[in-house]
Formats: sequence, structure tokens, C-alpha cells
Amino acid sequence: MDFEFTEEELAFREEVENFARSEMPREIEEKAYLWPGGYGTLPIFEKEFEEFCRNFFLKLGKKGWLSLGWPEKYGGVNSIVKQAIVDDVLSYHRAPCAHAATSIVAPTLMRFGSDEMNNIWMPGIINGTTSFWLGYSEPDVGSDLGSVKTTAVKDGSEYVVNGQKIWSSGAHVTDYCWLLAKTDDSSKHKGMSLFIVDNNTPGVTIKPITNIAGIDSFNEVFFDDVRVPEKNLVGEKNNGFYYVMSALEHERIVIGFGTFRRILDELTQYVKEKKKAVGNTREYEEARNIIALMAIEVEVLKSFFWRTVWMMDNGHKANIEASALKLFCSELGVSLSNSAVDILGLYGQIDKGTKWTQFGGRAGIGYLDSISGPIGAGASEIQRVLIATRGLGLPRG
Amino acid sequence: MNFALTKEQKMLQKSIRQYIKKKCPNSLVKELAASEKGYSPELWKEMAELGWMGLVFPDEYEGSNFSFFDLVLFFEEMGYNICPGPLFSTLVLSGLPILNYADNKLKSEILPQISTGEIILTMAVTEENADYIPSSIKTSAIKEGDEYIINGTKLFVNDAHVSDYILCVARTDETPNPEDGVTLFMVNAKTPGVEISLMKNVTLEKPCEVKFENVKVPAKNIIGKLNNGWMIVNDTIEKAALVKSAEMIGGARGTMDLALQYAKERVQFQRPIGSFQAVQQHFANMWLGINGCRDLVYLAASKTAKGEHAEKEIAMAKARTGKIFREVTTLGHQIFGAIGYTMEHDMHLYRRQALSGDITFGNTYSQLDKIAVSLGL
Repeated sequence: MDFEFTEEELAFREEVENFARSEMPREIEEKAYLWPGGYGTLPIFEKEFEEFCRNFFLKLGKKGWLSLGWPEKYGGVNSIVKQAIVDDVLSYHRAPCAHAATSIVAPTLMRFGSDEMNNIWMPGIINGTTSFWLGYSEPDVGSDLGSVKTTAVKDGSEYVVNGQKIWSSGAHVTDYCWLLAKTDDSSKHKGMSLFIVDNNTPGVTIKPITNIAGIDSFNEVFFDDVRVPEKNLVGEKNNGFYYVMSALEHERIVIGFGTFRRILDELTQYVKEKKKAVGNTREYEEARNIIALMAIEVEVLKSFFWRTVWMMDNGHKANIEASALKLFCSELGVSLSNSAVDILGLYGQIDKGTKWTQFGGRAGIGYLDSISGPIGAGASEIQRVLIATRGLGLPRG
Repeated sequence: MNFALTKEQKMLQKSIRQYIKKKCPNSLVKELAASEKGYSPELWKEMAELGWMGLVFPDEYEGSNFSFFDLVLFFEEMGYNICPGPLFSTLVLSGLPILNYADNKLKSEILPQISTGEIILTMAVTEENADYIPSSIKTSAIKEGDEYIINGTKLFVNDAHVSDYILCVARTDETPNPEDGVTLFMVNAKTPGVEISLMKNVTLEKPCEVKFENVKVPAKNIIGKLNNGWMIVNDTIEKAALVKSAEMIGGARGTMDLALQYAKERVQFQRPIGSFQAVQQHFANMWLGINGCRDLVYLAASKTAKGEHAEKEIAMAKARTGKIFREVTTLGHQIFGAIGYTMEHDMHLYRRQALSGDITFGNTYSQLDKIAVSLGL
């Protein structure tokens, strides 16, 4: 076993680090909450950061860093390790480095899309101009994705979409919907298809929802007789559910590993400064233990992360590991936020931007946002069932 | 980066697993644990013949030339299928410091005897304070001619009652910095004045109280240098903490597999209990806990095998593995219900292993301090 990066990977890490230092504005690095493991404080889902993110993705596209894990044909170098290095280093600086277009849409298109479709959509994803949101969840469809009710009915050379999506992260700041809709009523899982729908199509109405942290990160989206050209059907009709499931392991390695390291570093720094100011108190002794415990968990996440990345890079099936990674990430986001509020005490409630702000005002927001992790993108309970049934061979209930 | 084990390592794992499973079934484990000796001399001989006693020794000491990383894998499998006995004390606590720090004469005398299974050794570090810090070493060794006279009481010395030699950590000087006056002696356990008694306990280990009363040890039996023993002890305890973590991972895996088999077979409400999601959540948590620790152990082992400093990594591995092994046995017991609570069943073996593994060589909380220090706190 070897846990080290190669010389080349180290040099690449350095290059990404230098890029982050020069291209990531300090003020945005400070301003973005970006709580690890959460979904509600990501700058890519916020109107305030939309313009910045669009420009930043263009820069990443120019560097070729949005497509590193993909084949040469699609602008990549076939290195998921390098893709993960970008995730690790940039997310430490709270910079955007991936979105639904790169983590879900492109991997699905490359596997299942027609050449014709890929020629249309892949270039924009590779160069960072095209962005997507995921149209999966509905008011009555959460974990049970097989029960999607939004319909797409063929009408000439178009499909007519009707229905409602909800919890649609970033729909208000992106360009296209990656839509899962019902195309055959006679079958459940084999009656769904994936479509690409332009947000500007008549009949699409996007209404932001304010999340618990006070940020408009997600939306409800209404589809009223929305006409989608047939050529926007992804792969084969009625295969959508299968495509969605196949892409999950790609989504799950986009964890913003650097955000975890960052919070641990900042919390450690906070405790050091506090000790300088008030000395060796009982609280300091407790804070030391809390931080040591968190440092272990971040190290565990690190090995889950790189092991999964390594497996995918070397052609091993990693869906159990990917589930475990998602699960561990979400749960660690919660424990980190609990640790932060435990350490900050009364200051844990103060938001950013005041003269009394400590720890960047992130403790309280993290406490609120972190609960999105174990709920979103496949709840913790679902991940555990996947580990138990697919990984350990327990019978399905 | 490479997260795969080599073909040879996989073979090593497999041969250990198969051998122990066959030769040391849990009925024998229980028998050995209840016996005074605590091990099977026949198995001991066989394992020596298989080359396991000298696993990490070079050829010149009749060893098998495997790496430290392989030793870690070896003990992981020894934890999966439990095999009680003085293996850990002999190989890890004694073999390693002698190999790494003793002079050539001592090495050529002792190591081949370990390889061939002729002798059993252990290390006596802890005293009444029950910790691994130099100021707690009160046992004294005073020079008299060519000999040292040792006086004091050691506690929690595993397997001393069956050992031929005891590596005794003694104070040879009162220095401002307590670690500067500690020396490591190899003491023949049959020397007059050595009195060994078993400490009554509830785990599968055989901890002993070892009294040294005017015990004479020749100066040539010093391992390393005079007053320079703490460095050796510290290095050995660190490595032991890591190998013990590996053994605990094996134990936790063993626990999970045992419970898994049961959950697939045990039927309640007309279905296997493993089909209930409440039970599945327990198993996923076991899987996550175990696999999260496993790479911490391998990372620390890989660094240590390369001769790199791995204090932080070892502390992390030990802190988390002890906690997780205990938790995994708690969940395992929950799966088994009442039958797992009996002496007849095998679960209690793992439950006991989790306790001794966690508290030996520094439990979670004592490791946290080291981690905090490494973070500058």
C-alpha cells in the first residue's frame, strides 16, 4: 500500500494551490459560509455569488480542470485523482470546483448519451459555460425516486412536460434542468426518462425557497406544458432511473474535502488564540480533546475519500465506498458543527459581519446548515441500507 | 497512491486465517483462556515451524524477513480468529526492541530462539500508576560491580508467568527529566527474587504482577544504552499500540461477520432479522466504523514501515480503533440478544478482546493528548 501522491500529482497540487491563491478573491473566501457536508451554504447555489461562480467556472474550464477525470476525447486526462486534487485544494479556499454539470450530467452523457447529443452538450460543460440543476425530487417524491409524478408526453417531435419539482438546488442560478420525468405509466422504475430542459423554455417557473440558514439555495420549479425537443431525451426512453442511479458514485466523490480541513484548521487556530488571550482554562483542556477527536474523523474522511477515488481511477466498482463516503461526510459535517458551537459557547450564535463575530460567524450557520447533509442527496438511512444490502448482502426488507 | 495489498500479503492473510480457524476454534480459545498457562505449547511450536515467530526477523536470525507492515496484517488476522497466548508479548513487545536496539551478541543469542519457538518473552513497563509515562517508573536498578540489582513491582505484565525472559524497564538515575534515567534490562525470569503472580481479570489476557526483590542482572543484559531506555520503550509502546489496533480491527471484523451470519439466519416475524432496516442501520454503522479505522491503521503502518515518524497517525489509529471495537461488540450483542450474553456463545470473546485492546497501550483519551500536541495545542 502506498498513501503518497506521485511527484507529478504533488506538482499539480501546487499548481492548483497557486491558482487558488491568485484567482480566489479573499473577500469571497471570507464571505462564503460553505459549511462542510452541507448543501445550503454552497456559493454555487447563491444569487450573491452567481456572477463570480460563472466567471470562475470559465477559468477552470480554460485550465481543463473541469474534465480531468474524463477521457482525452472529452478534454480530460483520465485522472480522477487529479480531479479530486482540484476538489480538495479549491474547496479549502471555498472556491467552486464542481457542479451538477460536471459531477452528474457529463458522466451520464459520456456513458449513455448519443454522439450527436454529446457533441452539443459536452463542450459547454468542459469549458465551464453550461450549468445544470437536478430535477429529481418532487413534493411527494423524496427518497423514493421511483415514484416521480412529473410527466413527459410525446407530441410530434417534442415531449410535453407537466409537473412540479422541489428542493431544486441552484435552479435559479443555472441554465438547464436535468429532468427525471415519467414517460410510461405502466411501469415504475422502467417508466422514467431523463431530459435536458432549458430554464428559459415557456412554462418553466422557478421560485426560490429560503433555507434554514437564510439563504435562497433551492427552489420549487413548476412545469406547465413545457415543450422539450425530442433530441433532448438522454439515452434511451424509459431508462432514466437506471441512468440516475449509475451516476451516483460520480456525484459522491465531489465532497469538498478541503472544506473539512479548513474548518478543522480554523477551529484549531481559534482555540490557540483563545488560549493566548485567557490562558490554560478547563474549557481549553476540553477544546483540545474535541479538536483531537475531530482531527481523527477528518483523517478518516481523508482515507475514505482517497480510497474511493483510487478505486474509481483503477476501474474497481466503488458504489458501497461511495455510499459510505457520502454518509460519513454528512455525519461529519454535523459533528464538526456541534464541536464548533461547543467550543465557541455564547459566541456560537453570532453571525458574520459584526465586530463581535468570531470564527467567521460560521459556527451558528454551520449548526443550522449541517442538518442538510444527512437529509440531502440520499439520506443517511438510505446510504446505510445500501451498505447493508449491497455491501454486506443482507436481505431487502 | 495504491490502496491494494500485494499478492504475497493477501496470501499471508489467507494462510493465517485458515490456520487459526482450523487449529484454534473458539472451543479451544475458551479452554485456553480458562487455563492457567493461557496458551497451547503445541500450537506455539507449529506456528514457529510456519515461520511466524520470526516473521520480521532477517534470515540470519532464522527469521522470515517480512516487513513491519506485514506484521500489522498478521496481527489483524490473529484478531479476526482469536488465538490466545504470548505471541504479542514475544513478537511485538520483546522481539522488536531486541531486533532494533540490542547489541549483536544479544541479538544472535535471543532472536533465533524466538524464531524457533524455544522461548517466550514479555516486557514489564507499567507500575501502580498504570500508565506509560517515564515519571511513573519507580522500579530501580542499582549498579554493583558487573551487575545491576533490581527492586520494585511491575503490574499488568501480560504473559510474565510463562515467560523465559522479562524486559524490565527500570530507573537507573534520578534526573530532572525523568526519561533520562531509565534503562531496559533483559531479566531471566528464573532469577532468584523474581516473583510472578497472575492478576485476576475478566479479559482473555494474562496480566501478571511481577515483583523484583534484589534481582541480579548482568550489565551485558542492558538493551540499548544505560539511561537511554525510555526511547526504546516509547518506540516499542507506539508500535505495540499500532499492532494492537490492527488486532482490534480484526476482532471488530470478526464480530461483524459473526453477527452478520446470524442476522441472515435468525427468523422473527417470518423473516430474517437482517431484513429489518433497524438491524441494517447497525450493520452499516459497524462497516463504517471498521473501515474508517482500517486505513488509519494501514497509513500509520505504512509510515512506520518506511521508518518515518508516525506518532500522530498511531495515536489516531489507537484512539479510534479501541472505541470502535467496543462499539462494534455492543452492536453485535444487540443483534444476538440473550444468546450472545452467555458463556456458551462466542460473542463474549470479542467483547473481552475489545476491552483489553482498548485499555492497553493508552486508551482513546490518553491518545487525544498526543494528537492535540501534534496540532500545536
